[in-house]
Amino acid sequence: MRVMVMVKASKNSEAGAMPNEKLLSEMGKFNEELVKAGVMLAGDGLHPSSRGKRVHFAGGKKTVVDGPFAETKELVAGFWIWQVKSMEEALAWARRCPDPMPGEESDLELRPIVEAEDFGKAFTPELRAQEERIRAGIEAQKRS
Amino acid sequence: MTPRGAIEAVWRIESARLIGGLVRQVRDVGLAEDLAQEALVVALERWPESGIPENPGAWLMATAKNRGLDELRRRQMQERKQGVLESPGGAATDPAELEAALDENVGDDVLRLVLIACHPVLSKEARAALTLRLLGGLSTEEIARAFLVPEPTIAQRIVRAKRTLAEARVPFELPRGDDLSARLPSVLEVVYLIFNEGYAATRGEDWMRLDLCEDALRLGRILAELVPAEAEVHGLVALMELHGSRLRARVGPDGEPILLLEQDRSRWDQLLIRRGLAALARAEALARPLGIYALQAAITACHARARTAEATDWRKIVALYDALVELTGSPIVELNRAVAVSMAFGPAAGLELVDALVDEPALRSYHLLPSVRGDLLAKLGRTEEARVAFERAARQAQNGRERALLRARARACESGGRS
Repeated sequence: MRVMVMVKASKNSEAGAMPNEKLLSEMGKFNEELVKAGVMLAGDGLHPSSRGKRVHFAGGKKTVVDGPFAETKELVAGFWIWQVKSMEEALAWARRCPDPMPGEESDLELRPIVEAEDFGKAFTPELRAQEERIRAGIEAQKRS
Repeated sequence: MTPRGAIEAVWRIESARLIGGLVRQVRDVGLAEDLAQEALVVALERWPESGIPENPGAWLMATAKNRGLDELRRRQMQERKQGVLESPGGAATDPAELEAALDENVGDDVLRLVLIACHPVLSKEARAALTLRLLGGLSTEEIARAFLVPEPTIAQRIVRAKRTLAEARVPFELPRGDDLSARLPSVLEVVYLIFNEGYAATRGEDWMRLDLCEDALRLGRILAELVPAEAEVHGLVALMELHGSRLRARVGPDGEPILLLEQDRSRWDQLLIRRGLAALARAEALARPLGIYALQAAITACHARARTAEATDWRKIVALYDALVELTGSPIVELNRAVAVSMAFGPAAGLELVDALVDEPALRSYHLLPSVRGDLLAKLGRTEEARVAFERAARQAQNGRERALLRARARACESGGRS
């Protein structure tokens, strides 16, 4: 299974503070360990929400909202995608993560990624027909 | 209270390094694994109360080592009584020596363990079971479930493999340079066998067993970090990542297989494609000409890069298959090449090559030969011959899902439609 691990934002990360050298080297070591164990598929840090945008959907209307966004603790400062055997294994790895926001309280949030088998019966004949229409559309575009 | 699952997860993370470190010290795979298992038993007793220690790897190693010391002292006593001076396999019998040897290179320990588990004295099946057990941290029960064989069969296979290793006095020194390269094919073969067993399940009713694919991919990624200078390791990883990118698109809602050219490419996993192409680039940077895994990965990459089935660069694929046929001389590869030729130069050209393979002994009971023939005949409008070929293929297929698909194609020929 794959798990997305989100490093939740903090006051400092939202203020754009870069990690210090100690944290960088500890995180580098941790990442190396993840790669050597064949666990880490991807991962990156994110700029503070002040550089982000939102598209808000309401009643068929779309509005663009500029960052920064207020609810700091709900924001994401970085993420990994891990390949693991179980949520327990993901947790065991997460516990080895160096404190991502030293001097502040912070969270790692682990969320299993929806995989093929999770779709199950939700992938209905109607959905399939829709996909076929999309494909036919792509074909038509190619010919035109 | 720490739940059992959490403890087992930690053990799984640590077990390869733990067993690898112990093998270096006691020079006996069976004993090393027993000691690691004993450490797990102690952890399962103590950690629920005490919590998981800050450095669980070191804790497990210390615990296993203590058990090892007891065991070695016991053995020494016995040997002294029996007047035996040397222990089998030149094991490190001095407890002090054992203690001193603890903190060597962890990567070397794991690599040594891989090479031993995949030693050429063992059968492929034994290597696969032992590798999943020692490196993948899978239990005997999990391995048995993955390969759809009874648990005692796997347990037996592992016991016998360990005995074979002991009897063959397989050396514990880590080979270097060319000697190391020479040992890798038997490792890569096993990892790919595990992947393929998951990717195109040869037995049973399910078309794929994704867990096995993931286990193999993980083993491959670990290997790529252990021997980063070996081109073929990256080739194999690239091949598995690229095949892996299509796992979602290969099964329909009722579990039936969807073949490559009919797959919805928007469901291909772009993350794995990127990883696969990156691994292929690493392999290409390390070796020209490409080896068998990198060549197969390069072929798979042609599909991954094509936005639609029609956009596939079949001529390039034919050229890559030419190189692969030359390297392997395998009739199965030639059959695949025939398919590529049919896509690049038309079904008649492909059929000519397939017909030349019909008497090949290695393909006599291989269901994909009549299946490909049927497909090409159908494309040429020779529906009755196509029907016969599909029926023959269905009789030879061992996988239930595949058989159903082939029967359906045979029926489609009956109604006169070109399938």
